Amino acid sequence: MTDRITNWTSADDAMVENAIRRGATRRDLLKLMLAGGIAASGAGIILGRASQAVAATPVSGGAFKAAGWSSSTADTLDPAKASLSTDYVRCCSLYNRLTFLDKAGVTQMELAESIESKDAKTWTVKLRKGVTFHDGKELTADDVIFSLKRHLDPGVGSKVAKIAAQMTGFKAVDKSTVEITLADPNADLPTILALHHFMIVANGTTDFSKGNGTGAFVLETFDPGNRSVVVKNKNYWKSGQPYLDSFEFFAISDDNARVNALLSGDIHFAASINPRAMKLIDGQSGFTLSKTTSGNYTNLNMRLDMAPGNKKDFVDGMKYLVNREQIVKSALRGLGEVANDQPVSPANIYHNSDLKPKTFDPDKAKFHFQKAGVLGQSIPVVASDAATSSIDMAMIIQAAGADIGMKLDVQRVPSDGYWDNYWLKAPIHFGNINPRPTPDILFSLLYASNAPWNESQYKSEKFDKMLVEARGLLDQAKRKQIYGEMQAMIAEEAGTIIPAYISNVDALSSKVNGLEANPLGGMMGYAMAEYLWLQA
Amino acid sequence: MRSEVSLLVLNRLFIAIITLLIVSFAVFFATSMLPGDTASILLGQAATPEAVAGLRKAMHLDEPAILRFMGWLLGLVKGDLGTSYANNMPVADLIGRRLVATLELAAITTLVSVPLALLLGITSAMLRGSYYDRFVTIFSIGVISVPEFMVATLAVLLFAVYLRWLPALSSINEAHTFFDLLKIYAMPVITLTFVISAQMIRMTRAALIETLKTPYVEMALLKGASRSRMVFRHALPNALGPIVNAIALSLSYLVGGVIIVETIFNYPGIAKLMVDAVATRDLPLIQSCAMIFCLGYLLLITAADIVAILSNPRLR
Repeated sequence: MTDRITNWTSADDAMVENAIRRGATRRDLLKLMLAGGIAASGAGIILGRASQAVAATPVSGGAFKAAGWSSSTADTLDPAKASLSTDYVRCCSLYNRLTFLDKAGVTQMELAESIESKDAKTWTVKLRKGVTFHDGKELTADDVIFSLKRHLDPGVGSKVAKIAAQMTGFKAVDKSTVEITLADPNADLPTILALHHFMIVANGTTDFSKGNGTGAFVLETFDPGNRSVVVKNKNYWKSGQPYLDSFEFFAISDDNARVNALLSGDIHFAASINPRAMKLIDGQSGFTLSKTTSGNYTNLNMRLDMAPGNKKDFVDGMKYLVNREQIVKSALRGLGEVANDQPVSPANIYHNSDLKPKTFDPDKAKFHFQKAGVLGQSIPVVASDAATSSIDMAMIIQAAGADIGMKLDVQRVPSDGYWDNYWLKAPIHFGNINPRPTPDILFSLLYASNAPWNESQYKSEKFDKMLVEARGLLDQAKRKQIYGEMQAMIAEEAGTIIPAYISNVDALSSKVNGLEANPLGGMMGYAMAEYLWLQA
Repeated sequence: MRSEVSLLVLNRLFIAIITLLIVSFAVFFATSMLPGDTASILLGQAATPEAVAGLRKAMHLDEPAILRFMGWLLGLVKGDLGTSYANNMPVADLIGRRLVATLELAAITTLVSVPLALLLGITSAMLRGSYYDRFVTIFSIGVISVPEFMVATLAVLLFAVYLRWLPALSSINEAHTFFDLLKIYAMPVITLTFVISAQMIRMTRAALIETLKTPYVEMALLKGASRSRMVFRHALPNALGPIVNAIALSLSYLVGGVIIVETIFNYPGIAKLMVDAVATRDLPLIQSCAMIFCLGYLLLITAADIVAILSNPRLR
């Protein structure tokens, strides 16, 4: 940071870089900065720096050390069982998927050369030739079938058993072609296969502690709950990759300790740091921040089948009472993006950007509350640390309500057991949803009439019909239109208020290059190891 | 006299075994009171009732808990600690490496803190009332009052972040030379020494002052014994019992109580393993860790008692 500019922090740098990666033009960015009160000359410097970071030529070599935030003895190298960021990072370095999502949220081919279907029901997967596992075995159709079929066995304990259940038939057409038959048409299959759990392992693998995959790195050490070291796979099928000689990953659960380890030079990368620590890093040269917004959100749920949520006016009033900008600014300390009450994030290609967030309007809210006849009652709202920032959000909404005579009684309950005892059950409560790659998965999980996690008990036959229709559509434009309409329906009719998409911020040494945002989450959708390089 | 001592020791060992049994029962019941089980925790947010039931069956968690506990106890008698629920590795393997790491840290801390505490405690008792004695007292009370996460964090900020003399993390894997080892152990050992020395210093000082007031020490002084002979030959052996007890209590903290230091310095020890095991309701692992903590404590206390008996001039 040689060019210090007033009121400009590395957090803003991260924002600009993020915008460039998302394909913003120089003009858009200048507008963005002028809006932020920065002189045009200053804006030029930051732009130059940000584009430089994105566009330099990679060099090979170096031992890269990164720290995540959680790890335990349950750490696993079995992709089906992977449940934490730590597992995803390790699996991404050892294995490959058939497809992956790029920074724009578009599905790209990885181990598959092509995935095609005429009716979205029977899919033909052609595999890349000449790919070998770490133990020298060649990748064939049998490995793919074994890897996908495992998820259907309840004894495996797969995290995606429900999503995998739609794959009903597998056939090896020849050595490098697999035919997958679905129970019902689903045009999203290529994107679903980009989920971390669908990594490809060798046929018949029972012991996953060896990490035998086709990925960029070969396992050297793996000690669950402690650390893992992987070294460059010299026969990796992507030419030139990976750049790093070795990649060590472990977790430092204490936020301050993680940042201190980065500042003292013990590690190159500290994943997911809290906003308080950002200020600490901002004042130091030699470190940068990378902000990713990938669709994780905390939402306020009002059950439409119970009082007071069964009065439409109460729900509408609440939507006007939530000050989204203030929630981003103070509850999330700026680390988030204002959302429009629907679960498909801006990082997703199907996001409906024409759907504007509801404005904060206490008068309108009061009008609706009066109509619903709830003014003067005390309405309980359940919040907990289990749902990120929900307590702060509840306080903000409560204060806004107090100003117009709407009494909200915030009940703070413990994290342990929150998801079993309060979530989906209490009349008004907070939830927290992790990113999912397709609108279909989000809608089926959260808003269809028979959805297992229908947080507000939203029921709409029209919505269910559209969901099935869009699922089988191979016509992209038509799909986008239907999904856009469905997002508007959720924002208007459902009892879920989604005020913001929560950003994740990773901190890294300036020596680290090649980090990009990814819709699947921080650390480049956890797959950073094969793309990063260290400045010599 | 010898037979009396051996009887005492045997008696102690018998009580220790009974204690271990009681502790393992207590830990087992406490664990089964916790909400959730391994299957639902491993599946996390994706846990549908069918998935949990399927995994439970596959992991044999559907058998009554008390039977599984009895099975583990029988295995223990044969020297088998069982298999971890969370990752199917033998518990002995999981614990082995980490126990060694914890014991290394404990041993180094002991070598630093015990001599230091004895030195400070004895000298301040000999010079009681002096400025030196007051300084030691104030210092040890001050150190007791500062929580260890604060000591550790301040040490990291000063030595790792600003001065860059020492690494912020204690990764044992990266020690290639003796000097590296010193660097890696410096901060955790300093932090732990701060935490456990204060108690030992205060106990040593108090016990010694108590003995120095007795008539036989005064007698020794009147007979013309030098000050140091009076302290080391006449007073200290009689004060040793309570001092060794305080040392044992402080050191027992180094086995199970070092979770904060392990967390801040990312040191792969056994305390963090136990916390992990509780988080995943991993019964065999929880039980094995609890047994080790309990055993460590009992060994130290028993050793302290034996030392107290042996050092008592009246029993010699």
